Amino acid sequence: MRRMLAATAAAITATVLSAAPALACGGLIGPNGAVNLTRTTTFAGYADGVEHYVTAFNFAGGTGKFGSITPLPGIPTKVERGGDWTLQRLVRETTPVLESFAAAASASAPTAAAAKDAEVLLEAKVDALDITILRGNGDEVGRWAKKNGFTLPPDSPEVLDFYAQRSPIFMAAAFDADRAKAGGQQVGDGTPLHLTIPTDQPWVPLRILGLGKKATEIVDADVYLLTARRPAMLPEPTASERGFGSGVGLRLAYDRPAGTELLRDLHEDKSGDWVPLDDMWLTKIQVNETAGALKYDLAIDPSGADKPSIADAGYTVNGLRPPLDDTALGKVAKVAPVTPVDGFDNLRARSTPLDSSPRDSGSRWVDIVAVAALAGLLLLGVTLALGRRRPS
Amino acid sequence: MRPAPRALATAAAGLALLGSAGCAGRASAGHDLSVGVQMRFSKFEPSQLSVPAGRPVRFVVHNADFIDHEFIVGDETVQRRHETGTETKHDAVPTEVDVPAGTTVETVITFPRATTLSYVCHAPGHREYGMVGTLTVG
Repeated sequence: MRRMLAATAAAITATVLSAAPALACGGLIGPNGAVNLTRTTTFAGYADGVEHYVTAFNFAGGTGKFGSITPLPGIPTKVERGGDWTLQRLVRETTPVLESFAAAASASAPTAAAAKDAEVLLEAKVDALDITILRGNGDEVGRWAKKNGFTLPPDSPEVLDFYAQRSPIFMAAAFDADRAKAGGQQVGDGTPLHLTIPTDQPWVPLRILGLGKKATEIVDADVYLLTARRPAMLPEPTASERGFGSGVGLRLAYDRPAGTELLRDLHEDKSGDWVPLDDMWLTKIQVNETAGALKYDLAIDPSGADKPSIADAGYTVNGLRPPLDDTALGKVAKVAPVTPVDGFDNLRARSTPLDSSPRDSGSRWVDIVAVAALAGLLLLGVTLALGRRRPS
Repeated sequence: MRPAPRALATAAAGLALLGSAGCAGRASAGHDLSVGVQMRFSKFEPSQLSVPAGRPVRFVVHNADFIDHEFIVGDETVQRRHETGTETKHDAVPTEVDVPAGTTVETVITFPRATTLSYVCHAPGHREYGMVGTLTVG
């Protein structure tokens, strides 16, 4: 099998959880309002079944401990300090060409659980960050976080459950602002983090970006994909240069072969030797969606088969969660003939978020997806019969 | 009467007493009417209840989440007070109880007259997230 590499980078706004104890009565949110931890950019590379996930935590001042919880597609085998310039280099690569890219983009549009805690798989300290890799269902991870001082917002039970049903692996990152200051970190300094994650199918968590936000708050983020081939995605970002007018909160902002100079720079950064030096495709997706509407993730198929997983995108078909190995189903759903009505976006027409009632999508779309699901099952059966089933 | 927190084997016990519609209580083994309420994903189930006036009603409230919740019953004046209040514990009156994560709490309330009230969790952000129910006393 040809070596396949998928790299993703997401500017993930903070899933910020104050470590201060919650006050039970209304209107009193954590007292550390003046202190901020913002997580900026995340980058994960996928080569020979191993994903390299790089993210950065920026110190924004203040005191005390703050943290975030990030769902992961698999169990990391290594957690270490990331490279010094990889994330910034990606931003620099894509930012100056946005205007000139427009033409090219349009031309190539594409019950109460048992009271047990999560299992701690790995712990690491990176500068002022205390990293814990956890395995458990949503309740178990939530209880662990609560016991360890995280203040969890009201949507956390539903969101952690949403992720745990696909992958029970989470990264809890606690940032110690006092340790950062003692270590000489200045406001604005970032701590890059590099996780090595064996997995067979990369996906980018998007819904987690809205954790703790009001339903009407906008989630802004950038997602970078670096793949051996032009990736197939679900939901499919709009290629319109005019922004998010179609209703889908994802816009394709960069979509072209990665330059050799960029690849060399990434390769030469600390722990970046996994980055190939040529023949890669760079994609940038801008996320601009209200937290209330951001109920999905970004499924990626970097194989060239054009079969992003509908399950990895966090969708259901007719209210049912498809099997994790649903690439064929995802493919059929993706190409189902849909006709936008009333400005309805194709994303929501095709499928329904996991936590939504199928009634939300309307009977017309349910019928379309039902046909797609049937066709998908038939295709899946053919695929299985041919012995070419992808590992789940 | 002070609410009596009590661990129950399952939350379903309370829910079964009411039925899924949540419209009317029925006599339990004791003399109270029992009403089951579950908190899951920071929502009340059911989100609408009807109970009679002038009789003690036992609310069996189960929190299936890993975060703490509150069960505050009252009119809008009561709810506004809690929305901006500073009480960190509620255990003094039966209409205001804390329901810690993973626990079941019972509280008995007698409503003197017909009215429409709400039951709300006022933990930060929870009301805005939709943790509100309507209680019709008839």
